Amino acid sequence: MNMEQASSKELLAYWQAHLDERARSHKKEGKLVCWSAALAPTEMFIAMDIAMVFPETHSAGIGARKGALDMLEVTNRDGYSIDICSYARVNLGYMRLLKEYARTGEKAEALAKSPAADVPLPDLILTSNNICNTLLKWYENLAVELDIPCITIDAPYIHDMPVPEYSKKYIVKQLDHAIQQLEGITGRPFDYDRFLAAQEQTQRSVKQWQRVASFLNYKPSPINGFDFFNYMALMVIGRGEEFAEIALRKFADELEENAKNGKFAFGDNERSRVVWEGIAVWPHLSHTFKSLKNQGSLMTGSTYPGMWNFEYTPGDLMSMAESYAKIYVNMCLDARAQELTAVAKNGRCDGMLFHMNRSCKIMSLLNLQTAEIVSKTLGIPYATFDGDQTDPNNFSPAQFDTRVQSLSEMIAKK
Amino acid sequence: MSRIDDIITQFQTVTANPKAAVEQYKKETGKGAVGILYLYGPEEIVHAAGCLPVGMWGGNKTISDARAHLVPFTCSIMQSVMELECQGTYDILDAVLISVPCDTLKSMSQIWKGKAPPITFVHPQNRNLAAANEFLVEEYGFVKRRLEEILGENIPDEAIERSIDIYNENRKAMREFCEITADYPGIIDPVKRHAVIKARFFMEKSKHTALVKQLIAEIRKQPMTPWNGKKIILTGIMAEPLGLLEIFRNNGFAIVADDLAQESRQFRHDVPAGRTPLHRLARWWQELEGCPLAMDPGKARGQMLIDLASRYEADGVVVCMMKFCDPEEFDYPIYYPQLKKAGIKNTTIEIDLEEKSFEQARTRIQTFAEVIH
Ligand code: SF4
Ligand code: SF4
Repeated sequence: MNMEQASSKELLAYWQAHLDERARSHKKEGKLVCWSAALAPTEMFIAMDIAMVFPETHSAGIGARKGALDMLEVTNRDGYSIDICSYARVNLGYMRLLKEYARTGEKAEALAKSPAADVPLPDLILTSNNICNTLLKWYENLAVELDIPCITIDAPYIHDMPVPEYSKKYIVKQLDHAIQQLEGITGRPFDYDRFLAAQEQTQRSVKQWQRVASFLNYKPSPINGFDFFNYMALMVIGRGEEFAEIALRKFADELEENAKNGKFAFGDNERSRVVWEGIAVWPHLSHTFKSLKNQGSLMTGSTYPGMWNFEYTPGDLMSMAESYAKIYVNMCLDARAQELTAVAKNGRCDGMLFHMNRSCKIMSLLNLQTAEIVSKTLGIPYATFDGDQTDPNNFSPAQFDTRVQSLSEMIAKK
Repeated sequence: MSRIDDIITQFQTVTANPKAAVEQYKKETGKGAVGILYLYGPEEIVHAAGCLPVGMWGGNKTISDARAHLVPFTCSIMQSVMELECQGTYDILDAVLISVPCDTLKSMSQIWKGKAPPITFVHPQNRNLAAANEFLVEEYGFVKRRLEEILGENIPDEAIERSIDIYNENRKAMREFCEITADYPGIIDPVKRHAVIKARFFMEKSKHTALVKQLIAEIRKQPMTPWNGKKIILTGIMAEPLGLLEIFRNNGFAIVADDLAQESRQFRHDVPAGRTPLHRLARWWQELEGCPLAMDPGKARGQMLIDLASRYEADGVVVCMMKFCDPEEFDYPIYYPQLKKAGIKNTTIEIDLEEKSFEQARTRIQTFAEVIH
């Protein structure tokens, strides 16, 4: 592919596929593969040339390609309650099938026909609870099922702002410990130069990511917020490597060009702008998009992609620790409401839509309280809908449509 | 009434009306009471301030007001706690400590509805590291300072050391009590056993210990008789409402050991020695094993259950699965095949604190009784 001429969309698809391919070839060559939580600090792993796979992104992909039910059935059989996060269930189902395949040499039908991206089993795993403690439980199970080392970065819940120094120190000591673990696992001395380079690269990627987000402020908007969700994958899988920066710059350039030429996401039909709070409903992404579009409602704000705004000073582990801890759902209600207010303001939103996600307690339990605060602060209405990011059964298109419609009516009345 | 019954009645009076127990404590001592929401808190610090640490484990209440604040898939106990918060049940407390080892508790800590000031703190999860100990010492320091402000009391280290001794003494007595229950299932049935254990959450610990010791002494005077019923082990967050335990009792089950957060997980190990009292309390959390709220990539729980079953010659394990508790639900697919492989029969009952009729649980327990015979 000609990288210079490729569109950002092509680059996005290329790099997603390429990284899976890299993981597979790592596996073949006997090099290490690590499964990692989406918001865990990967800079250390890049430094040690470990191929990373991100189960949350992987599960989202399976969900979007309508392959979740097969995996969920496997975890059902294994005794996982349907109340558990569906990212975890899809991934643990996929893991089970890969494990069986590795043991017997035979691919189960569910695996053979799965639209899942083909990724190898890990040699080690990395988790962090900077977004949820569910990721601790999920990775415990992976560690014991696969009998592999688990590297954990515990980011204590920030119950009182600001983040206390002792909390940052605790995280820094864990980073040090992780480095030791990595030296032990790889049998090589840690590469501090590459570690620093990955930190510097992360900052450059974050800059481009913020540039992308800045277009949500344009009215009318050249960017459709759902693309914000799609391109987020680059921040998950590649923020410490150059390709993410390049692809995101391309995307931002395209948006700039579109804005200049009056090419807007909804053309002349942008009637209102809404916040989408929570994860996308991957199996029903196009339904949710179209339903909003029918109302002329463009999504121009979401806190979820903003979580990957890891701003810190390269070389300063205390600032890196703080940045990884300050994920907005890892903070007290006030801080959380402030973050959402800023997002709604940046997107010049007229209303808010809250995903009451059956899979995700950390992003559902405080929705009503956050909604009330932000709605009062900004004087904009909100609506909620029931859904699930990957279990297609927990979403009702009809309910979604009704809620979107009533939100539009509330917005119109104002 | 026999002396044993008399002592048991004292425990049951406390658990049947915790509010009265708290009020009485306040009246007798002139000191306050501090709630612990809900699993593990540094109760010793509260005790050292002369206050009564009060366990907050919800109640057998219909959920109504709580619905306005929580999504329907919130775990049963937190729905119940929220209901009690809304109804003012906890307003008798002077402060509430909230630890946040799961996503639900993180959220609960932010929407506290009671009048008492909440103090939120974190139990670290990278538990093997010395850094986790240092972190938790700081968090406990924060808790202590906030308590001192709220209560207007200074809490000296020596007082905390003394309280740790009192607590360790209680833990030891509780372990002994659980042992003796296994030996005398005919005397201490599941309902009585639970009352003795639960009363810990509403009684000053040295008083509780003294009464438990009297009880143990009285039981020992009795002849040991062979038990013809079934012996089981409970695992989970808790085994309530009381109606559930009555079903066990009425179907001839003895609880010979438990792995419940509300029961043995509280006292199966002591606060160890250490540099300062806060370091010691922090170590207790680091040494806690087999609880899904304390991260453990080695997943020791299954083996622990197998060991318990063999040590107490149990006929089976009953999983008390708290409704919508994902930490507990994550453990199950790991320990279930382990139990199966070890040939340990088991069944699962759902814990719903709102429940009044227990039809499903009754059927399950009765079926299980047939399976294990
Ligand atoms: S969906 Fe929610 S519970 Fe699941 S991994 Fe993401 S943040 Fe955690
Ligand atoms: S541990 Fe389980 S039961 Fe307890 S608050 Fe968390 S989800 Fe609820």
